[in-house]
Amino acid sequence: MTTFQPQTAAAVPVPLQLLVNGEQHDLQIDPRTSLLDALREHCGQTDAKKGCDHGQCGACTVLVDGVRINSCLALAVMHDDQEITTASGLASDGGLHPIQQAFVERDALQCGYCTPGQVCSAVGLERELARGEPCVTSPLGADAVEGPVVEFDDDELRERLSGNLCRCGAYPNILDAVRDGLTRSATGSRT
Amino acid sequence: MRPFAYRRAEGPDDAVRSLETGGRFIAGGTNLLDLMKLGVEHPHQLVDIARLPNDAIHETDAGGLRIGARVSNTALAADPRVRRRWPLLSSALLSGASPQLRNKATTGGNLLQRTRCEYFQDLGRPCNKRAPGSGCGALEGYNRNHAILGTSEHCIATHPSDMAVALTALDAVVETRMRDGRTRSLPIRELHCLPDPRPEVEHVLEHDELIEQVVLPAPPDGAAHIYRKARDRASYAFALVSVAVVLRTVGDEVREARVALGGVAPKPWHATRIEERLRNAPATHESFLEAARAELAPAIGRGHNDFKVPLAERLIVTTLAEAAGLAHVPHRELIR
Repeated sequence: MTTFQPQTAAAVPVPLQLLVNGEQHDLQIDPRTSLLDALREHCGQTDAKKGCDHGQCGACTVLVDGVRINSCLALAVMHDDQEITTASGLASDGGLHPIQQAFVERDALQCGYCTPGQVCSAVGLERELARGEPCVTSPLGADAVEGPVVEFDDDELRERLSGNLCRCGAYPNILDAVRDGLTRSATGSRT
Repeated sequence: MRPFAYRRAEGPDDAVRSLETGGRFIAGGTNLLDLMKLGVEHPHQLVDIARLPNDAIHETDAGGLRIGARVSNTALAADPRVRRRWPLLSSALLSGASPQLRNKATTGGNLLQRTRCEYFQDLGRPCNKRAPGSGCGALEGYNRNHAILGTSEHCIATHPSDMAVALTALDAVVETRMRDGRTRSLPIRELHCLPDPRPEVEHVLEHDELIEQVVLPAPPDGAAHIYRKARDRASYAFALVSVAVVLRTVGDEVREARVALGGVAPKPWHATRIEERLRNAPATHESFLEAARAELAPAIGRGHNDFKVPLAERLIVTTLAEAAGLAHVPHRELIR
């Protein structure tokens, strides 16, 4: 059995600047603080949700420089000088992001706890498609295709969204919403 | 989580020199931070290597690729050269984790990730890997996810990586830097250790040795690449068994087979018995079955994981057959 040893280092707060949804936050923060806890406890961004806190559920998904990650498995001190976007930062000029709008129209939630993570994940997915990043169902080898992914079926969307769990089981409407949102973005109704 | 001192490395030399005993490098951190929250890992210092410059993929003079250790799993899987010439690697990477995790996880970190053994991750249970001498809870416990090859009487944990299984089949080389500035290259097949005699020692690297690059040799011309993964759900789950195959056939004969297995052993399992038996062997279901059985002859099931032996046999045969372009034959007909 492991025996707990006395602490060998004191928790000394360090200065940290975080850029969240376009707003700079000057913090003094314990280096142990996860990006998720920093967002929620120090930056007032409670739309990033803590589900499992172990990278298994995706509720904490945020965008860092436009790339989706699990903010629970990130240290805040490692993410200064980067642009952090939570679900509430996706809306602009008083209007929802097309994927957010599609979640509303498709009623893509029940309790709503996983929704901010689902929405951030879908926006991250949209950018991955634009960058031409493959998923496990994409053709490889001699059939590999470069350039933006413009054709995808529901199975591919399910695979690409598999990092976000919904305990209410609202998956059918989430899938509909993401499909709608991606289509709407692609047709240029709003970027 | 226990307190730690945080330092951002200014360069590779600074990284290896500043790491103290009891400290750890951190890059993606997706496994390390998880284990720190669980109390399994408790470094008193973290040296942040996430902004070191080795995040590019270059072609080598020998027709291979030199992959920076900091290249994310996403970027590696998406690289057009990897997708076209080493599809096995893209396929394995994309079979693992979730997009969020692949975006953050790095090539070097993926190699050194720890087992997901439930006993290893739970401080309330015995584990010779986490607390040497405390015993192995999995041997007589719930061992459905555990290893059948290369185990010891003290540890039956599996190595969890998909990427490393593909790199093992592809015979990749790991390049590292040490504190005194020396560098070394070692084949990935020699990077990880089996649990006998010391389950807590998982690889041959020194404490302050930093993986800087992974070098892929040129793939065999005209070979088929297939990564197959059996798991409990369709996505975002660790392998029960996985099979990485690079197979080159001429006519009805195998010229070269490179095979590695995941989910079955404490390290990415280089299937040398399969490779030896298949060299210049007929590319038939029968020879694939014989080779699979030879590889699995030393396999030991511990109860809940007994099913992995027949599952591995089936997955090896069907993956080799697909790589050889053979029509599917149901396994029950093959073994009749």
